[in-house]
Amino acid sequence: MKSLIELPNVGPIYRRELRSYFNSPIAYVVIVVFLAIIGWFFSNNLFLMNVASLRIVFELVPLVFLFFVPAITMRLLAEEKKSGTLELLTTKPVRDAEIVLGKFLAAWTLLAAALAPTLVYLLTLSSLGSPDMGSVVAGYLGLLLMGGVYIALGIFASSLTENQIIAFIIGFLLVLALYLADKVLLYVPDAFASTIEFLAIDYHFSNIARGVIDSRNIIYFVSLLGFSLMLATASLERRKW
Amino acid sequence: MSITVRNLTKKYGDQDAVHDISFDVRTGEILGFLGPNGAGKTTTMKIITCYMPPTSGSVEVDGLDIAEKSLDVRRKIGYLPEMNPLYLDMNVLDYLEFSAQLHGLRGDSLRRRVNEMMRVCGLESVRQKDIGEMSKGFRQRVGLAQAMLHEPEVLILDEPTSGLDPNQIVEIRNLIKELGQAKTVILSTHILSEVQATCSRVLIINEGRLVADGSPEQLQREFHGAESLTIELRTRAKDPVAEIFPKLRGIPALSGLTLLSHEGGASVIELEVQKGMDVREAVFRMSVAEDWVILEMRRRVTTLEEVFHKLTTN
Repeated sequence: MKSLIELPNVGPIYRRELRSYFNSPIAYVVIVVFLAIIGWFFSNNLFLMNVASLRIVFELVPLVFLFFVPAITMRLLAEEKKSGTLELLTTKPVRDAEIVLGKFLAAWTLLAAALAPTLVYLLTLSSLGSPDMGSVVAGYLGLLLMGGVYIALGIFASSLTENQIIAFIIGFLLVLALYLADKVLLYVPDAFASTIEFLAIDYHFSNIARGVIDSRNIIYFVSLLGFSLMLATASLERRKW
Repeated sequence: MSITVRNLTKKYGDQDAVHDISFDVRTGEILGFLGPNGAGKTTTMKIITCYMPPTSGSVEVDGLDIAEKSLDVRRKIGYLPEMNPLYLDMNVLDYLEFSAQLHGLRGDSLRRRVNEMMRVCGLESVRQKDIGEMSKGFRQRVGLAQAMLHEPEVLILDEPTSGLDPNQIVEIRNLIKELGQAKTVILSTHILSEVQATCSRVLIINEGRLVADGSPEQLQREFHGAESLTIELRTRAKDPVAEIFPKLRGIPALSGLTLLSHEGGASVIELEVQKGMDVREAVFRMSVAEDWVILEMRRRVTTLEEVFHKLTTN
């Protein structure tokens, strides 16, 4: 609670941003498209391949997040820069970190809201067999952490420009680099391979999704999340340099 | 609540947007910032409100340095930025509540202030309306309401009456005047009549430099050049230049004579008079002596427009 007392404006900014998502078509379009893609692959897998598993969800969602997350974060700061409301916000007694944190939490809530309906698949699976609950809980935790990192990077991308399309592209490239890092290991000299693998987000995510919540993976996500949020805050403060 | 600006300079690349400006503002003063577009008015305001830092120089608001005590300074300031940016997807009530929350207002005091400002700014009839659907005049009122929500001791208004109709302009000016008695107000405008109507002091900025500082009356006195007097006389003269002008030249302190028109025995003559001299009495006495009839006599005083024009064109 102490941090909330020191950052009293996170709440109002969070609520405004969340209302802005759900008052406009953005949230609904994004959630529907997300669920349609995931649902298609899940049911294909279930009916055509006869596999009663959420594995396909945990494999697919990180890929969909690559497009989904930059799409929900691109406007967060770029739009305010363009319309001038950022000047309004930053001349009020509000810390830049509060602005970033409020917006981050709002986007994270939207991401969780998009993810929540996929829990229905779990009900379907439970009636057909007995899915490994441990790995399901770990998988969802991993998705939330991964989504959080993507959002923080997306906000950073949004802070760099007034143009939402550019913010989307930068955000997409950043998360794509993180995602692809462990897929290029073949082409990398052995000396760097383990370092690059450790930096890759999918490596840590698949560890967690297997049902093993290792502190190394959690520390990776939390520190990357913190670093990305600090990057976004510093970039917002850049106007003062 | 005073504002102290010392040697403020802001560079954009190589160009000085603001160059070595110093001034003080005291409580109860309504300071008008005048200047052509791009003179540095908005930049100066953005620095005082902590939106951007100066390249060099310092600003203190109530003794607090804007760089060191940025949050405390921002608590004391109500700001209406240029172009009045607003969240167009919010309705008036939500937006004002959001702004009030950012200023640390909660619960009863928040509701009381929001209602009070909606009443003062005439927004009660549109409280549930989306800002994006409102006219420019109403948006301007929302911007002003937002700036005054937290009862700031310093109000900084960048072109507060732009986009308002004449009735609204009068209302807003009266509101600013009323507030200005207890607060410190800085407003920028390029409407000169506005400055004359509202401001107790004027700063004229040109190309980033301070070129004048004083009350509107002071500036008019200080910067007027030759005064002029326009008279219309009915005389029997057929040729005023030959018959009237030599006599008028006998009046001391006269530096020029122009015949503006001569019709049916009535001549309109413009007399240029040296700075600070008044020749009206001399003209009257001469007219009586010469048996001229004065139909009209008008002294033209330098207007703020002329002062402004003189100071901001090279």
